[in-house]
Amino acid sequence: MFGYYCNLAVRSFRRNRMLTALMVLAIALGIGASMTTLTVFHVLSGDPIPAKSDRLFHVQLDPEPMTGYTAGGEPSRNMTRFDSETLLHEARGKRQAFMSGGFVALEPEGASPYFTDARYTTGEFFPMFDAPLAFGRGWSAQDDADAARVAVISAETNQKVFGGGDSTGKTLRIDGNAFQVIGVLAPWRPTPRFWDLNLDGFEPLESVFVPFSAAMDAKLSRMGSMSCWGDSSGIDSNARNAPCAWLQYWVELDSPGDAAAYRDYLLAYSEQQRQAGRFVRPANVRLRDVRAHLDYARIVPGDVRLQVWLAFGFLLVCLVNTVGLLLAKSLRRASEIGVRRSLGASRKAIFAQFLVEAGTIGVAGGIAGLAVALCGLWAVRQAPSAYAELARLDPTMLLTTFVLSIVATLLAGLLPAWRATQVMPAIQLKSN
Amino acid sequence: MHVHPIVSSLRRHRTAALLIVLEIALTCAIVCNALFLIGERIDAVRRPSGIAERELLQIRLSGIGPQTDAGARTREDLAALRAVPGVVGATVTNQLPFYRFSSSNSGVSLTADQAQPTLHAARYHADETTIATLGIRLVAGRDFLPDEYMDVAEVEALDGSEGMRGATIVTASMAERLFPGEQAVGRTVYFGPIPLTIVGIAESLARPSPSDGEGTFSFLLPIRLHYNNGGTYLIRVSDPARRDAVLAAAVAALEAVDPDRLILAHSAYEAIRADYFRNDREMIGLLSTVSIVLLVVTAFGIVGLASFWVQQRTRQIGVRRALGATRAQILRHFQIENFLLTSTGIVLGMALAYALNQLMMGRYELPRLPLAYLPVCTVLLWALGQAAVLWPALRAAAISPAIATRAA
Repeated sequence: MFGYYCNLAVRSFRRNRMLTALMVLAIALGIGASMTTLTVFHVLSGDPIPAKSDRLFHVQLDPEPMTGYTAGGEPSRNMTRFDSETLLHEARGKRQAFMSGGFVALEPEGASPYFTDARYTTGEFFPMFDAPLAFGRGWSAQDDADAARVAVISAETNQKVFGGGDSTGKTLRIDGNAFQVIGVLAPWRPTPRFWDLNLDGFEPLESVFVPFSAAMDAKLSRMGSMSCWGDSSGIDSNARNAPCAWLQYWVELDSPGDAAAYRDYLLAYSEQQRQAGRFVRPANVRLRDVRAHLDYARIVPGDVRLQVWLAFGFLLVCLVNTVGLLLAKSLRRASEIGVRRSLGASRKAIFAQFLVEAGTIGVAGGIAGLAVALCGLWAVRQAPSAYAELARLDPTMLLTTFVLSIVATLLAGLLPAWRATQVMPAIQLKSN
Repeated sequence: MHVHPIVSSLRRHRTAALLIVLEIALTCAIVCNALFLIGERIDAVRRPSGIAERELLQIRLSGIGPQTDAGARTREDLAALRAVPGVVGATVTNQLPFYRFSSSNSGVSLTADQAQPTLHAARYHADETTIATLGIRLVAGRDFLPDEYMDVAEVEALDGSEGMRGATIVTASMAERLFPGEQAVGRTVYFGPIPLTIVGIAESLARPSPSDGEGTFSFLLPIRLHYNNGGTYLIRVSDPARRDAVLAAAVAALEAVDPDRLILAHSAYEAIRADYFRNDREMIGLLSTVSIVLLVVTAFGIVGLASFWVQQRTRQIGVRRALGATRAQILRHFQIENFLLTSTGIVLGMALAYALNQLMMGRYELPRLPLAYLPVCTVLLWALGQAAVLWPALRAAAISPAIATRAA
């Protein structure tokens, strides 16, 4: 029967070429726009580290003075150096690391120097974030303690500075200082670059990683947000005791269930600092896992969310439009239905026939919509935003396109199909 | 022409009529809000900066590692830049209006011991030539005096805030907020514990990032920066048409002073500004495209349904023509029918538009949809409906009375 209905559908399309083309076009535009925006949204709101995103936590304390305090307000997103170093030293999580962004000059041999992103962090950064190493290793706690001049570089930097291959043991000049390369990362692009959302989260991976202690020692230049309080003029804001928040602190726990205990530990730490006179506000801590932290930081740009809404509104109008046109078509074919009904076709059969017809339009609209979505994504990739190159259709979205298109048109076909079953065969036969 | 027969004929096509109304309503709600968003973005993109945009060029450079005597090197650089043909001014400052790379803002208070600053504003650092080079217009008071300027090294060497000399120039909007309706020149404000005397009022100077707060709250401090302390060079040219040539010559001049530095970026200010508003321009394009396509889709929907009606009523129209109805009356029948449907859709759409706007106000911190958009959308949709129905209506009007006599 299905084949016969498809046959009937194609015949009916031939008879109303313009109307059919219009419906397919409208569906295609609606589906195309929706899938383009949804793909961008999907890419931007993805989980950068699915294997352990529920066990990695971003830590926030509230070391600021009473000025501007509101109860329950959000504490600073960054940590002070004093608290970061103390928490790291106490090591109550499975792994922990703190870090800051940097902006440094690299000097490849025989080529002109260039500026690039760096990250100053502590040794457990690499195992904690599952950083894939192609060669060598990350650095040890001892290297952190010694402010060892060692570096881990990205695959891209390895290519650019050393021409690829195993570069461990080679010397890399960073801001005029010699660092020894001890590790080379495999190609890696966590999206977003979730560990520091003060910066654009969709930038590619930092080029070079060095121990925080070594970066401070060599006075490498810092990048990212910093807020200081009190009379901080004339103080070295990077100093251990400076009243400035500028470091991102992350902890890995054995299981998501350990979060409550760790939060208690942070509260106890805050209380202890308050008694010591360092903290003045009532204990106010945050411990968010990766996804919660991404949500809190509103990582998906507002414009992208708006575009998704807009596209689905557009799709809705296209569907209403399709309902109208399908209805017009089915009513126009009242006499044909009358003949089929009086020859023994049941209402069910008529309903099925019209739904198949709507579904066929859905398939055609889906294919054309896919083309529209591919064009749309191509256009997105031409834009200069940091996430542009990520806007690609994956198999999930491809499948979603077709399912959405067919489901949407079947829904649109329900009303016209039902109306078709209401045709009275006797009246139709008589009037013809 | 009576409306009554049109309404009763519509009653016989309730579902189809309802679908048109629904489609118009949805289109109206979306297009109304889209037009509003477009208007908002256009306002953003057009926001004035308060500086001589077309004549300014920026060069950022950096040395590798710590730089010795960057202050003296900066003076040398500026002298070299001023010697480039076509350059009428060169200065060093910490930030720019609509500047993506950095922004520094500070609290300003009316008293020294205030717990919360009165307002936050962008803090610009100026040397002797900054105001003239940027083309900032003073509307009251005066420029900084030569002995008010300090080198940034001098400021950094100070122990705490002692010895900080205090003069500032604020924008007119900031002065108005600090001292509403009063003369601000000569008054004292506090930057942390440091008292600053307002010596001049600038007409306008936008903040690097308007999202930091009130877009034109800015103040200038007479502090001479150097290139390695967050300072970037700004050059003013005499002829905007020769910007590119002057920029190339300026970069060459800086490289001649010290080839061991890296030029991080060099561009015309207009490019910096264009980059800042890139997303807004993209959204304007996108929203316009979607609105137009949406209107086209809606129009085709109307054409489709109206043609169907015409076809279905062919005999009925023939009878009316045979009974003496003129072509114009038949034409008008479909036009009024469309007008009624569109109007119903618009009324529904307005309510929807406001609901949508409420939703967006909550989610995206948008202002309320101004009433002025409603008549615009109404006229737009009326015109669209009439244009869409014209072709089917003309076909209806062309039906000859002879149809009525044809056997069914």
